[in-house]
Amino acid sequence: MIWKKHSSFAKRLLLTGLAGLVVGLANAADTIKVGALHSLSGTMAISETTLKDTVLMLVEEQNKKGGLLGKQLEAVVVDPASDWPLFAEKARELVDIEKVDVVFGCWTSVSRKSVLPVFEELNGLLFYPVQYEGEESSKNVFYTGAAPNQQAIPAVNYLMDELGVERWVLAGTDYVYPRTTNKILEQYLKDSGVAASDIMINYTPFGHSDWQTIVSDIRTFGSEGKKTAVVSTINGDANVPFYKELGNQGISAEDIPVVAFSVGEEELSGIDTEPLVGHLAAWNYFMSADEDVNYGFIEKWHAFIGNEERVTNDPMEAHYIGFNMWVEAVEKAGTTDVDAVREAMYGLTYPNLTGGTAVMNTNHHLTKPVLIGEIQADGQFETVWQTPGGVIGDAWSDFLPDSKPIVADWTAPISCGNYNISTGKCSGQNY
Amino acid sequence: MIRYLLVLKLVFLTIVPTAWSLDWENALKQLGDKKFAQVESAVKALGRSDDLRAKPLLETMLENKLYQMKHSKVLVHAEGKRNDFKTYDVFTGKELASGVKKRELKRIRVNNRIRSTLKSALARIALDDPNPENRKEAAENLREGDPKEVTPLLKQALLDEKSEDVRKSIRFGLATLQLKHPDPEIRRESLRLLSGSLEPEVKNLLIKALEKNNDGTWIESETDIREQIAKELENIEFWEVVYSGIKTLFFGLSLGSVLLLAAIGLSVTFGVMGVINMAHGEMLMLGAYTTFVIQQLFPQFIEYSLLISIPAAFLVAGIVGILLERTVIRLLYGRPLETLLATFGVSLVLQQTVRSIFGPLNQNVITPSWMQGTLEINPLLSLTYNRLTIIIFVPLVLVTLLVLLKKSHFGLEMRAVTQNRGMAGAMGIRSDRIDALTFGLGSGIAGIGGVALSQLTNVGPNLGQSYIIDSFMVVVFGGVGNLWGTFFGAMSLGLANKLLEPFAGAVAAKILVLVLIILFLQKRPRGMFALKGRFVEN
Repeated sequence: MIWKKHSSFAKRLLLTGLAGLVVGLANAADTIKVGALHSLSGTMAISETTLKDTVLMLVEEQNKKGGLLGKQLEAVVVDPASDWPLFAEKARELVDIEKVDVVFGCWTSVSRKSVLPVFEELNGLLFYPVQYEGEESSKNVFYTGAAPNQQAIPAVNYLMDELGVERWVLAGTDYVYPRTTNKILEQYLKDSGVAASDIMINYTPFGHSDWQTIVSDIRTFGSEGKKTAVVSTINGDANVPFYKELGNQGISAEDIPVVAFSVGEEELSGIDTEPLVGHLAAWNYFMSADEDVNYGFIEKWHAFIGNEERVTNDPMEAHYIGFNMWVEAVEKAGTTDVDAVREAMYGLTYPNLTGGTAVMNTNHHLTKPVLIGEIQADGQFETVWQTPGGVIGDAWSDFLPDSKPIVADWTAPISCGNYNISTGKCSGQNY
Repeated sequence: MIRYLLVLKLVFLTIVPTAWSLDWENALKQLGDKKFAQVESAVKALGRSDDLRAKPLLETMLENKLYQMKHSKVLVHAEGKRNDFKTYDVFTGKELASGVKKRELKRIRVNNRIRSTLKSALARIALDDPNPENRKEAAENLREGDPKEVTPLLKQALLDEKSEDVRKSIRFGLATLQLKHPDPEIRRESLRLLSGSLEPEVKNLLIKALEKNNDGTWIESETDIREQIAKELENIEFWEVVYSGIKTLFFGLSLGSVLLLAAIGLSVTFGVMGVINMAHGEMLMLGAYTTFVIQQLFPQFIEYSLLISIPAAFLVAGIVGILLERTVIRLLYGRPLETLLATFGVSLVLQQTVRSIFGPLNQNVITPSWMQGTLEINPLLSLTYNRLTIIIFVPLVLVTLLVLLKKSHFGLEMRAVTQNRGMAGAMGIRSDRIDALTFGLGSGIAGIGGVALSQLTNVGPNLGQSYIIDSFMVVVFGGVGNLWGTFFGAMSLGLANKLLEPFAGAVAAKILVLVLIILFLQKRPRGMFALKGRFVEN
């Protein structure tokens, strides 16, 4: 009886598989497949589900415009479930089995590092939409989020020049992005003449929820007469209790401003922002951007998701730019062949949602403006400062001695993501 | 004097209105400027204008509700959302229009610097406020302004002021500004006024006053003042040590209380019944989500929402617990490994169910106003109300549970079943019913814990996961099957964590605590309060 049950189940599985294959084959001829590799369950679902929906929206919109190269686009969604090794498996499934032409995906750096070998081995194409620590440039990845010089450095400059900050707390979650970013920032601050005793570095575990001691330490650190600011690379869920504790201990933005690199509109929608008014964030996009193209994007998003309360954020804009650039590159190349599209991407421009133009550089990073915003009582950001033009994304930081002489350029004659200009050698690794 | 000036100005105004109103109009126009420096000078000008209209204007601006109509450039007070803004006249509060679109409005932008300029401009105005409380606050706010500008203002206010309380804080403010006064008598007097104050600001001023000039001479020329300052500083440093000790103790107790809240339900299901319940964290999550739902259902009762949520969460989590016991755990008694796997599966099912119903995003659970902010005992020691509430709440839950277990009939039956199931059955106790109720009780209490946690952390599908390990740690460390063990276990873990954190950092403190627990359990495998007697061996 039990065996029978199993066998019928197996049969059904086989049948669905076959049906899927048949449908897949039938579709392969007349659709272009777009993969979405974002976690829909597990810890990262909170951030990544929105990006999956963004990809679906962009695909739908492109199909309404008549598709691409005369074919319809077809989105293939997989769920890597916030499990880093599973990201690699799902990436392989997308590229090798589903034969997608492009993948939009990943959030955490560790998930990106996990899929990187897969994309390089199978010569796939990945668009990565999140701000990250840099120190990477893969032939098969386009980085549409911010590199440290497009987020961290301008934010620190703003605090130093506009607010006269002299003491610094670098607070972060204990993993690769905050550690690298803080290493870059510490060096940058020291180069700018900040004494070591005026820098306090603090790391906390993932999902840290008891911030009493740290917030109280920050308060003491900031009460010594010099203007103090917190640069926060605290990630994900840990932010809510951190800001709650700041509000509760009565630290207002006028006393000790906190500038965050991982807190956007989406993260704020889970908290009462009244006590946080005036704290800062640095991004390349804010939902409050007063531009017609942005209002149009927000309206489309609300119509697609069917909820007027949903917010838009920076990684969504990154996908928007990345997707549209890919569409243009495919049209320019006349094919979805990865190498041809890659070549066609270089130098492409596309209007971004904050009023400027994004440019794809040969190091696979975008040129984008940097915006500093202050949190408002309605959970939105008010832009208080903005770079006059776009900032070119720098794959290898100039503030780390090891990566200073390294550049990335995927066009001839260098054609390398890790090229040392002082020795004239391309490192053996591809990224 | 300011008041006279105001009157004078008003009189003056009637004679030559054009020049002055031009300033006013210019300042208003400047508010919408792109450059914050321009906006700031406009705010300063408006604050100094002594115009009665400045107060509502600046207040609206501080609340971030001052907008400019894009077409007519008129300043309005606007409230609302996206495509449905209502606009009001800034000065009279009269409604102007409704259904205004966001695109038609331009917000007058305010950043941190302008916010503090606004506050000091308003403080300046508030020095004339009829309410002494407001005048006092204004004097305190003004202390942070530019000394050259503020000193004469405060001096004048001191002359006009009648209320002794307000005079005191004005004098204190003046003292902080006059610590560098050329006249040593005034410096002595200022120091005397500042003596005993624990304000960090005062400490910084005193440290600066004790420094030397570049040429090696003392900034403070009088030896007796220097000695006095050194003495004051010593005093401040002594209290700093004392209060930071008290603060660490408070942090430890509050972390302990949170751990206890998370673990107390488990001490019933795991401790008393011996069920390894990996879905315990999800009971906490259900409690937190119940709070969220209650707040959504009764938006008018936010202040009392937590009180309503406590019984509601107890019921929701308790019923889910009873269902879980009847359908899964009942079949697996005496098979701990299978129970562990099955309940782990249940925990994943519950998480995904919540994710499907409420979505993966964190929910915004509002903190009632009586739990917000801090109880400021002195400038060095302030305790947050939410933590205080939890520290008071936890013993209540513990005592209720203890009374229920020790004094009630149900408690008696429950203890009888856990101690010797066969004998209890022979005495006519329906042991399977008691099992279900006990599990329900443990889960229900976890639900109550969830209500409290909703005030401290994210309310999302993963809430439970972050507490399950801590809960087991507390129960095992304290001694399985003993409520007092759970209590002391939670408190000592909380204190140990917080005592280690300042030296070792948050990451290392957590690791150290885990290592200490392992060492402790090597020595005493049954935890702090091991049960003794016959039934221990089962």
